[in-house]
Amino acid sequence: MSDPTDKLVGIVLVSHSAAVSASVAELAIGLAGGGTTAPVAPAGGTVDGGLGTSAELIAAAAASVDRGAGIAVLTDLGSAVLTVKALLAEGDELPDQTRLVDAPFVEGAVAAVVTASTGADLAAVEAAATEAYTYRKV
Amino acid sequence: MLDADYFRRWMTATAASVDREAQRLTELDSPIGDADHGKNMQRGFTAVVAALEKEAPDTPGAILMLAGRQLISTVGGASGPLYGTLLRRTGKALGDAAEVSEEQFADALRTGVDAVMTLGGAAPGDKTMIDALVPAVDALPDSFTAARAAAEEGAVATTPLLARKGRASYLGERSIGHQDPGATSSALMVAALVEAADE
Repeated sequence: MSDPTDKLVGIVLVSHSAAVSASVAELAIGLAGGGTTAPVAPAGGTVDGGLGTSAELIAAAAASVDRGAGIAVLTDLGSAVLTVKALLAEGDELPDQTRLVDAPFVEGAVAAVVTASTGADLAAVEAAATEAYTYRKV
Repeated sequence: MLDADYFRRWMTATAASVDREAQRLTELDSPIGDADHGKNMQRGFTAVVAALEKEAPDTPGAILMLAGRQLISTVGGASGPLYGTLLRRTGKALGDAAEVSEEQFADALRTGVDAVMTLGGAAPGDKTMIDALVPAVDALPDSFTAARAAAEEGAVATTPLLARKGRASYLGERSIGHQDPGATSSALMVAALVEAADE
């Protein structure tokens, strides 16, 4: 059996906007800082650059961050959530152990990338991202 | 009995109807949505027709599975995974039979509608496509024309409702007084069942 730290959980960030998903990815990687960073791929907007969700871009992003340790997918709203759920239901569209994580998009992305970068497993990454909901600002 | 040709005609008739009504769907989506429902549905069903022309599966189930796949891939909005799931689950429930009875189709479509409710979390009365689809599957065992009337009535009946799902739900009271675009496109799809039978 290989050392589990060789395999980092991948993170896919699905937004209706290419700019939002790319910026949140940049922010999360930046805050994860130094050393090895878990693979992160944005999947934002439609294939032609408009606002919306693309199953094609999501599947490509998931394949690009697959290191065999599972993939945490974070989404913004509406069709992003539904498209990921529909792809998961298809069974063969996303790598094995791909999970839609119920988390706030920005805070959850930071928590997921920081946690995944420590070599944590998918369950721990999911827990960290979901926990971001409990952080109250006021 | 309904064969693969019937289901191909259903998809073609839906595509033609969505083309004709795209402007109206987008107008309905302007006050309570993001004004792209007509365009999204048109893009999706254009892809469905193109895929069915390129590759012609020979069972009803395979046709609906392929059509649903196209919708999930190409639509870009919530209607893609929702309609895609409707067709894929219906197709899956039909299995690989070469022909299906109207009763089998009615049962399979109910399975598809249930899957859409699970995916989107919407129930009847939430001002969504479900408000046209549930009455349609309830009426389908009687006849396709009864299903068409039930879907159309269901779509019209969404007008006074308060939206509880999707972008329209953010509008609260302001969503009242507008017919739901998703229920309207669902009614078009159900009406196409009759057109496909008439051909």
